[in-house]
Amino acid sequence: MNVRSVLSNPRALVGASILAFFIAVAVLAPVISPYSPTDINFATALGPSWKHWLGTTSGGQDILSELIWGTRASVSVGLLTGALICLVQLVTGVFAGYVGGLTDTVSAMVTNIFLVLPALPLLIVLSAYLQGSGGSGSTLVLIGVITITGWAWGARVLRSQAIALRDRPFVEAARISGEGRWHIVLSHIVPNMLGIMVANFFGAALFAVLAEAGLEFIGLGNINTVTWGTMLYWAQNDEATLMGLWTWLLVPGLCILLFGTALGLLNFAIDEIANPNLRRD
Amino acid sequence: MRYLLRRFAVLLLTLWAAVTVNFALPRLMPGDPVQTKLATIPGISPLARSALEKQFGLDTHQSIVGQYFSYLGQLLRGDLGRSFTYYPTKVSSMIGQSLPWTLGMVGFATLLAFVLGCGLGMVAAWRRGSAGGNRNARFDTFMVPLGVMFGATPPFWLAMLLVYFVAFKLGWFPIGGSRTPGVAAGGLGGAFDVLKHAVLPAFTLTIVSLGGWVLLMRNSMLTVMNDDFVKFARAKGLDNRTVAYRYAARNAILPIFTQLALALGVVVGGQVFIEIVFSYQGIGYWLLQAVLNEDYPLMQGIFLIITVTLLVANFVADALYVLVDPRVRVGAG
Repeated sequence: MNVRSVLSNPRALVGASILAFFIAVAVLAPVISPYSPTDINFATALGPSWKHWLGTTSGGQDILSELIWGTRASVSVGLLTGALICLVQLVTGVFAGYVGGLTDTVSAMVTNIFLVLPALPLLIVLSAYLQGSGGSGSTLVLIGVITITGWAWGARVLRSQAIALRDRPFVEAARISGEGRWHIVLSHIVPNMLGIMVANFFGAALFAVLAEAGLEFIGLGNINTVTWGTMLYWAQNDEATLMGLWTWLLVPGLCILLFGTALGLLNFAIDEIANPNLRRD
Repeated sequence: MRYLLRRFAVLLLTLWAAVTVNFALPRLMPGDPVQTKLATIPGISPLARSALEKQFGLDTHQSIVGQYFSYLGQLLRGDLGRSFTYYPTKVSSMIGQSLPWTLGMVGFATLLAFVLGCGLGMVAAWRRGSAGGNRNARFDTFMVPLGVMFGATPPFWLAMLLVYFVAFKLGWFPIGGSRTPGVAAGGLGGAFDVLKHAVLPAFTLTIVSLGGWVLLMRNSMLTVMNDDFVKFARAKGLDNRTVAYRYAARNAILPIFTQLALALGVVVGGQVFIEIVFSYQGIGYWLLQAVLNEDYPLMQGIFLIITVTLLVANFVADALYVLVDPRVRVGAG
């Protein structure tokens, strides 16, 4: 897998472009946002106008500014959680698969248990216990809960890859030359399954983005932060639809959909590039 | 047989783990929300109160190990305790009442998405892999991003859009609920009423779960199409349809059956996000009510039921797999 082969795949190119756009918005939020997202001094429940492109909320915030700052929060939580999940999988999947023995047996057992626990209810019940349902949860706990719930599937895939690579001659050679276990994993195993790991990262990030938005929507995040999920929470709570404020409802969800599609396309395309069976002859 | 026994052992182990997590979670909570909550239940007798305290490990006379075993004993007797919010309604009877709604609506949508998704995925893969050039592959080019997009759709958002545009603006369907309170449950009118309430939630669920099946089936089919037996069938001069459906698709769908069994296991858990937006009173709706009201017995009970069903579904999937795919039987001796 190299950058060139990824960019020559139209699906990956579209995904990467959308991803780049959202990251740019997230980084440039202070520059491009017309107002502060927490400024409540505007007239309430305005429709789209030149002053407020997407109108204002029933609380008097500028929806476009909320959306831009919400992009920063949601994109960073999504990507960060995706990375965190990958890190867990590196230990429970790749490392355990490589070293084998008792470590692997225990790790595989825990993975199997997490695989059959129902992800969504677990997400909700864990958040409820750890955060309460008052809407004042912390983002860190949110990230932790999503990580705990979302690592198992990928870990199983990565483990079987690591086991397949374990006895290959170049790994054997590295072992005989006395390299440490983590060194072998990081410099010989991981580079040879990089495609799957990158695809896995995008899959995990997609899960994280949807889970974050979902939890925030039902009030299990921090409702005082501005994210795509909390925007929808307030839109639902203040009955945006019945007031005709359809932009408030439409755009945050559209952003989740687009950003999620970008992650999904990258996940799919890189998987395709890494897996010869799916490649076009 | 040994394979199944091993799977059964895993089932028991996981079951034990799930029950233990369920036991441990309320005890690991920071602060003492259960005790606070208990104090707010109106008209609770001291006896009932001490029973509830026991159930939540607040009984200081009993060691944690003792509590654990009395909890296990309670579960074995099928006792899930009583709801805080709707005291003294039993948790088990609340679950029993909401289960049919979830099973009907979520179950139907899950099966529909599976059938549609596998069909579309199969056609996409076959068109791409068969001769006929780019014209045929166009379906696949279009289907994959569409599948990814469906999979990335937040279900609660789609549900809200449908409530606004289709139910509220157009008035084609009821805005929420699982049936109209005044309408009798029996008879044709009652059935029609129930159906009308289920259309939008079921549609939402079908859309958001369709994409996953399309992509799964497409990739599985493409993998099988590279197998020698498919190439040989083609070389023999069998017509396209026979090779596609009788050779490739039958094998491609095998690994997906496991996924279907898991998806059906998840059905019992309901769809929190969809049920909540439509106020559809299934299991997912009550799970969130339990969370919002800090109704711990209800929350624990629902979580336990969901987990147990999923575990059993998982085991059944493994068992079925042995039946439909002899290779597993032989391979595991």
